[in-house]
Amino acid sequence: MPTWIIVAALLLVNAPVLAGPWDKLREDGVHDPRSPAINRLQEPGDALSKLTPDSAGNMVRWVQSLEKGEINPRANLRPDTKIRLYDSDVMLNLNGGMPMVKFPHRQHTLWLDCANCHDHLFKAEAGANKLSMLAILNGEQCGVCHGAVSFPLTECFRCHNTAKPGGKPPRPSLPIAIPAGAVPPK
Amino acid sequence: MFGKSAVQRLLLVAMALATVFLVDIDEARAEYGDVVINNYSDAAGMRPAIFPHWFHRVRFRCKVCHADLGFKFKAGGNEINMVKIIDGQFCGACHNGELAWSVENCNLCHSGKPGTPTQVHESTVQKLAPAALQKK
Repeated sequence: MPTWIIVAALLLVNAPVLAGPWDKLREDGVHDPRSPAINRLQEPGDALSKLTPDSAGNMVRWVQSLEKGEINPRANLRPDTKIRLYDSDVMLNLNGGMPMVKFPHRQHTLWLDCANCHDHLFKAEAGANKLSMLAILNGEQCGVCHGAVSFPLTECFRCHNTAKPGGKPPRPSLPIAIPAGAVPPK
Repeated sequence: MFGKSAVQRLLLVAMALATVFLVDIDEARAEYGDVVINNYSDAAGMRPAIFPHWFHRVRFRCKVCHADLGFKFKAGGNEINMVKIIDGQFCGACHNGELAWSVENCNLCHSGKPGTPTQVHESTVQKLAPAALQKK
C-alpha cells in the first residue's frame, strides 16, 4: 500500500483534532441541533482560536489573553461601580505534601471583585482559612471557579507552583487525566 | 511500505499516536464552563437556556455579572425567570435590545436539548462525581 494512502486515511481520522479542540455547537451534546440558534450563535472555535492557547479548559490562557490585549472585556456596566485591583501574593499550603501555592491577588482581581470571595468564601487573613482539596474538588472554596469556569483542577502544578525549602520542585505542567469512563453518558 | 524516507516515517508514527490518544475527541462535549439552566424550561415547553461563559468573558470580566449584577456562583441557583429578565434583572441588564439582543429572541438562549439537566457542563464535579451531582 502506498504511503500516501495511509497518510490520507490517518488525516481523515485525525481531522477533528486538526480542526482545533472546540466542538461545533450542533455537535457539542447540549445544544439542540434543530434549534434555530445553531447557525446564528458564534462558534467557540471562531472566537477562541485567536487567543493564547492552553492545554485544558477552554484551551485559552485567559489571563494572558487579557494582559496581551487580545481581549478587552468590560469591567463595569454601571459608571459608579468602583473597579478594585489588588496586587499581593499569599503563600498557602505551607505544610502539606504538595508544593506550596502562591496565590496571586493581581490576576484574580483583573477578573473578580474582592466581594466575590471575601468574606463568605475566604476570610481576608493569611492562615485563617482551612483549605482542603476534597472541598475544592467538590466545588467549594477555589473549586467554585476552578473546575467549572477558570482553569480546571487537573492542572495541579499551576497552583502548587512553589517548592518548600528542601522540598520537591513542582513539576512543570503535568495534568492528571480523568479516565474516559468517569464521564457520564450524555 | 515504510521504506520511503525518515520524514514520512516520522509523520506516520506521529499521526498514528495522535489517533490512539485523541480518538475520544469525537465524543460530544459542551464547551468548558457552559451552563445549562433548566429550572423551568422543560415544564414550560421551552428548550433549556444555555449560558456560554467563554462568549461572555471575552466581552465582560466576571465581576460585571457576579458582583455588579449579583449572579451567585451556582448553576441554576439564581432563580432567574423571564419576569425578572424583562424587568432588567440578571440577563436583562444587558439583554434588553441595547447592549445585547432582547427577550423576543427566545430561541437564541433557549437552544439546549430538551431534558438536559441544570449544571455546569464539563466541570470537574460533573466528571468526578456525576451521581452526587444528581442527588443535590
